[in-house]
Amino acid sequence: MSENNDGESRTDPADQEPIPMMQRLLDNPFLLLLLGILVPAVFYIIWGIIEITQIPIAE
Amino acid sequence: MANTTEFRTCPTTGLKVDLAAENLIKANAVAAIVFLAVGGLFGLLVALTRWPAVHFLPADWFYLALTAHGLDVLLVWIIFFEMAVLYFASAVLLGSRLAGPKWAWAGFGLMLVGAIITNIAVLRGQSSVMFTSYVPMMAEPPFYLGIILFAVGALIGCFVFFGTLVVAKQERTYQGSIPLVTFGALTAAIIAVFTIASGAIILIPTLLWSLGFVSYIDPLVYKTIWWGMGHSSQQINVSAHVAVWYAIAAMVFGAKPLSEKVSRMAFLMYILFLQLASAHHLLVEPGFSSEWKIFNTSYAMYLAVLGSMVHGMTVPGSIEAAQRARGLTKGMFEWLRKAPWSNPAFAGMFMSLVFFGFIGGISGVVMGTEQINLIMHNTLYVPGHFHGTVVAGTTLAFMAITYLLVPLIFRRELMFRKLAQWQPYVFGIGVAGISLFMMGAGTLGVSRRHWDMTFADAQLPFDYPAAAFLMMGLNGVFAVLATLGGIMFVVVVVGSVFFGRKLGRDEKPSYPEVPPQAAAVSHYGSSESLKIPGTVMLVGIFFVAFVLYYFVNWKYLSEIWPLS
Repeated sequence: MSENNDGESRTDPADQEPIPMMQRLLDNPFLLLLLGILVPAVFYIIWGIIEITQIPIAE
Repeated sequence: MANTTEFRTCPTTGLKVDLAAENLIKANAVAAIVFLAVGGLFGLLVALTRWPAVHFLPADWFYLALTAHGLDVLLVWIIFFEMAVLYFASAVLLGSRLAGPKWAWAGFGLMLVGAIITNIAVLRGQSSVMFTSYVPMMAEPPFYLGIILFAVGALIGCFVFFGTLVVAKQERTYQGSIPLVTFGALTAAIIAVFTIASGAIILIPTLLWSLGFVSYIDPLVYKTIWWGMGHSSQQINVSAHVAVWYAIAAMVFGAKPLSEKVSRMAFLMYILFLQLASAHHLLVEPGFSSEWKIFNTSYAMYLAVLGSMVHGMTVPGSIEAAQRARGLTKGMFEWLRKAPWSNPAFAGMFMSLVFFGFIGGISGVVMGTEQINLIMHNTLYVPGHFHGTVVAGTTLAFMAITYLLVPLIFRRELMFRKLAQWQPYVFGIGVAGISLFMMGAGTLGVSRRHWDMTFADAQLPFDYPAAAFLMMGLNGVFAVLATLGGIMFVVVVVGSVFFGRKLGRDEKPSYPEVPPQAAAVSHYGSSESLKIPGTVMLVGIFFVAFVLYYFVNWKYLSEIWPLS
């Protein structure tokens, strides 16, 4: 928002443009934090632990 | 809530600096450098012992020194400095007050106490379990307790950083998106949270095991989760030192990223995929499927490598664009020839960039490939690789930005300027030599973490090739050179911080030169210039080296593992 000489507020056209989804993602530190924990937790730790639990016990 | 935050305005950059954040940056940086000195000394002792002609320490002291070296430099020095980077990239670059400075001090206190406890535990001689502390080797309980306290302190620091981002947004201290250096620090903080959570998940039960409350820790589960901490902690470094590269490019040249969006996407690749590279430590474990190994270390890790290659192009590219805008347009490399090579901040940053890419980066991809990993798994190639990333990459970058922090944050004139000018070269060449010769010895099969490569008291004799002994001797020589560079750094920084001339309230430091355009470090925006022929040439050289080295290793594998 900005003001003209009469003190009336007007909306800058640039402000009205929708923010692209990717920029919204990159501007959200807590969503990034969630993704940054979830991806390695699922693909590295949880998947890895599941594979370890499936190793047969030696007889 | 009454806002009693005190600020000062930096006379050089015009940045608004929260004094509480400034004091925390100072405290964390000083603690970091103390532990770098201690850990570096232990590193010299390790290198002198692995130098066959010197073989300095007896076996028990060797493993003690190796444990202390790993802890103090891989974890303590780096994480303390990263806390300083987080506070700088949030409060200072966003012109905001720091969220919860008392919490930040509590975190600092826990980190300091934890680091001291673990060091004492190691020096007592009953916890020489090395940095990895693989079970069933058991250390004394204070060893694990110290690391846990240190990690909790670091976690508090990370949440102070996140809190500061919230405060800055609410109080509108910046417009639009956060600047790229802050985004890089955010990446480091996110990876740090995953790292510390992994550490807590495995080290708390291990502490209870060492106290006798838990009877058994599965070694493979331990290794898997521990590397979620052990390797990811090095990924915090990568994110932080890439942020530092961008910061130095901005502060020395007024350089803006070529494209802020592209660089942010490269950091997103780190957030999503960099931690998965932890799996390369488990590539020879029979308990995991090839799908798990290859997905984590190849497909996913290559996306993070793509991020590194983007940064590897855009950082020098942004410097070239800034230099060309100043009129240095002759030929392909005038911008680089006439760069300020006597400014230790630039020299250290640029060598960090080159060594990280050519030594640490390429070798990391080679080690992350399941088949060719077999040539060098658990050999000295591994420490050769991570000395290329963590020491030539991260430590050199952190040393470089310290030359800017001393005048701008500590407000002291830099002392011993000639020493400061030479320091990045002495340290950088020393560390590059360490990395290359360890990698060479590892390729010849020399195992890591072994006290005696001659196997003098072994019942079954074994001889490494003579070239391996040469490599280890050269490794020792370059370790001495790197130690000399480390001592030069400590002398310059400690001397300047405690005895350097105090700068007046509005006085600008005379050295290193920081132009008024340095404020670019705190703004979101791109140079949007694609006239970077010199950088394109450098990237071309990198790709040729990358492809050649990658295929040389496949050729080598075919020779030691004949299929016909």
